[in-house]
Amino acid sequence: MDVGNILVWIVWFAAAFACLGSGIAVVTFANPFYSALALIGNLASLAVLYLLLSAEFVAAAQVLVYAGAVMVMFLFVIGYLGGRADAPWAGGPSWQQVAAICAAGALLVEIVVAVGLKAGDRLDDEATIGASFGSPQEIGRLFLTNNLLAFEITSIVLLVAAVGGVILGAHSRRFDREVARR
Amino acid sequence: MMGPEVTWYLIVASILFTIGALGVLVRRSPLIVLLSLEIMLNGANLALIAFARHQGDADGQIFALTVMAVAASEVVVGLGLIVAMSRRRLPLDVDRMTTLRG
Repeated sequence: MDVGNILVWIVWFAAAFACLGSGIAVVTFANPFYSALALIGNLASLAVLYLLLSAEFVAAAQVLVYAGAVMVMFLFVIGYLGGRADAPWAGGPSWQQVAAICAAGALLVEIVVAVGLKAGDRLDDEATIGASFGSPQEIGRLFLTNNLLAFEITSIVLLVAAVGGVILGAHSRRFDREVARR
Repeated sequence: MMGPEVTWYLIVASILFTIGALGVLVRRSPLIVLLSLEIMLNGANLALIAFARHQGDADGQIFALTVMAVAASEVVVGLGLIVAMSRRRLPLDVDRMTTLRG
């Protein structure tokens, strides 16, 4: 094992533990504001893992789109609603929480068994990749040649979501006026 | 390949997905349910990108980018719904939101 390999392992462990730790923090924090901040840490450490998988463009998009734009919108809404804390673990675990933890554990076992059965013996042989793998140039070429339909449908999905957001806002504004008239 | 094999990434991805699922099941605030959904999507994204690297085929990264766009749309609609709920003075508690009529 050479020095570069050990360095990659160290970075991987730091990023993976930051990722899982901040994920647990998102689920356990009572205040939604702190949960959103923990999710930003989660997304940033995932971007480090993407870089280790030589997915440079996806890592950049993750930081810009997710940790930047989406999380700012989240923080604005949390600020607008006021950070109401719900104490998730107060008063000991309820039967609902115990059942939820059992369901999540069953889900984890199911994922591990399914992936292990389907791909367990093929996970060892790693493909060799060129230097341009995951670069913006390569991603752009794939989006505009093999995956053009997915690219166009994505733009329509984003447009529909934007229109839906505007309509939801307009509806609640009309409701506000009706309440004021009564 | 330098560093960990694809199996290590898959372990992290599946644990991340489970943490997100736990948050969706346990938490009552719809805001934190949305945040936990983001964690689930990111677990799936990590698995996609790990398999893309493993197969040497960048189509997995294309899929991950598409998932990112869908997640952004989902956040827009979800946050719009939450703001509309709070404007109608409905309780921000998914256990008490049991009817579709406002």
